[in-house]
Amino acid sequence: MIEKIIYQGAEAKICVSKYMNFDVVKKRRIKKGYRIKQIDNSLISTRTKEETKLMTEARQAGVSIPIIYDVDLQNGIITMEYLKGKRIKDILNFIDEKERMYICKKIGESIAKFHNNNIIHGDITTSNMILLDDKIHFFDFGLGEINSEVEAKGVDLHVLMEAIESTHSKYSNCFKYVLEGYKKELKQDANQIIKKIQDIVKRGRYR
Amino acid sequence: MICLGIEGTAHTISVGIVKERNKKCKVLSNIIKIYRPEQGGIHPREAANHHALYVADIIKQSVDKAGVDFSEVDLVAFSKGPGLGPCLRTAATAARALSLSINKPIIGVNHCVAHLEIGRGTLDDCIDPVLLYTSGANTQVIAFAEGRYRVFGETLDIGIGNCIDKFGRTVGLDFPCGPAIEKLALKGKKYFNLPYSIKGMDIAFSGLLTAAEQYYNNKEKLEDICYSIQETTFAALTEVTERAMAHTEKREVLLGGGVAANKRLREMVKIMANERDASFFVPAQDLCIDNGAMIAWLGVLMNNSGIRMKVENSFIDQRFRTDMVDVTWRD
Repeated sequence: MIEKIIYQGAEAKICVSKYMNFDVVKKRRIKKGYRIKQIDNSLISTRTKEETKLMTEARQAGVSIPIIYDVDLQNGIITMEYLKGKRIKDILNFIDEKERMYICKKIGESIAKFHNNNIIHGDITTSNMILLDDKIHFFDFGLGEINSEVEAKGVDLHVLMEAIESTHSKYSNCFKYVLEGYKKELKQDANQIIKKIQDIVKRGRYR
Repeated sequence: MICLGIEGTAHTISVGIVKERNKKCKVLSNIIKIYRPEQGGIHPREAANHHALYVADIIKQSVDKAGVDFSEVDLVAFSKGPGLGPCLRTAATAARALSLSINKPIIGVNHCVAHLEIGRGTLDDCIDPVLLYTSGANTQVIAFAEGRYRVFGETLDIGIGNCIDKFGRTVGLDFPCGPAIEKLALKGKKYFNLPYSIKGMDIAFSGLLTAAEQYYNNKEKLEDICYSIQETTFAALTEVTERAMAHTEKREVLLGGGVAANKRLREMVKIMANERDASFFVPAQDLCIDNGAMIAWLGVLMNNSGIRMKVENSFIDQRFRTDMVDVTWRD
């Protein structure tokens, strides 16, 4: 089977492949020479397992997630649907304000959907979302967890806020739009979580 | 251009003199004096008293070592922040007095940005790095993006050096505890599970510190605990650095800060860089820790890009964040 690497992130290689005649991507977590075996093995297998579990649950919560075909815990490989769309990171700076608002609100709605089910993504950045068929697809749940606390949801959104500030710094309204969509879809009191984000910002050094 | 820089953000008072040549930094002198408390951690007022006592002498030593006359100094730079108020004020006061007495302009600079710029200024081929800045108080992953040095990841609670020092003090080691813990870790063999806490590109250490203290209270071997602390915290630091490199698509990594002296941390970041075909850089040891030369060099860069400061506006800023600096000297 010819596998073509389409993206190499920090912790995994993403390659395009075939699985029972479907176009798929395989996410293969890379062994890291810098960390000792005990840490490496445990991070690779627990993250693969957690990620698969959270993807399945997020899909049940109504968020667009690639379909999972196969999981290999020992080698840290998840085989999933190939989404032939565009990364949000690559388009967000190059569309008009109206469209940016539309996409950001949709992002917020999706985050609220998984937060309603206490699913914490753990690494919400615009690199981990794909736009396809007018839907925002989420992936890379490798740092996620199930957690109902306001703190965890606040930290989750704070990660996205920082990513937007650093990668889309000219479009500072983005995060505001995200929160609008989030508020609309969230079943609990969103203000409590938004207040938490401000607390987390203050907790950072020299704020 | 010759610039004299005074560093005084925390436990170190230092005066460095640098000269600019072909946009690279030549360090003429870099005199460093570190306040070491008799017991416990840094007391800000006592550290400031220490700095006040020695700063004049260190300025003189630095000028003598560099072989320059005060009349040849074109600019006086000082650490504007972030740091401990009393320490910052002492260094800034010395800088103002010097600036007025030799009648040369003054400029206040950001300490964290200085750690990054000294790497770019003194190392060949270090052009656009991601900086892993690890010290007692600071743990940040910094890179240049859209006109500023942005913090892509940082500690959500305590700095890595602070974490190591706190553990060290619990087990009766002297401040700073890093070197002693590094030595003990070399003899450790058994790995104890410790919390590995990463949120996106941010990181947290306080849970790990508590867990490590529990292993110690349970009479586990100190060498093994030190080994486990280093392996876990450094792996997490290396991972967030790699994440920032992937995210910003940069191919250079630079170390800075006191913890960058640790050989195991250096080794891990170097392996990470090799595995992703990136270049690894670490400045000379005296330019890694808090030092006056890096303050002087950032002063040169800012001055050359047209930034000016008046003595009456030369305030300090204890909470001077990395991303507040408008980087006028880079495209």
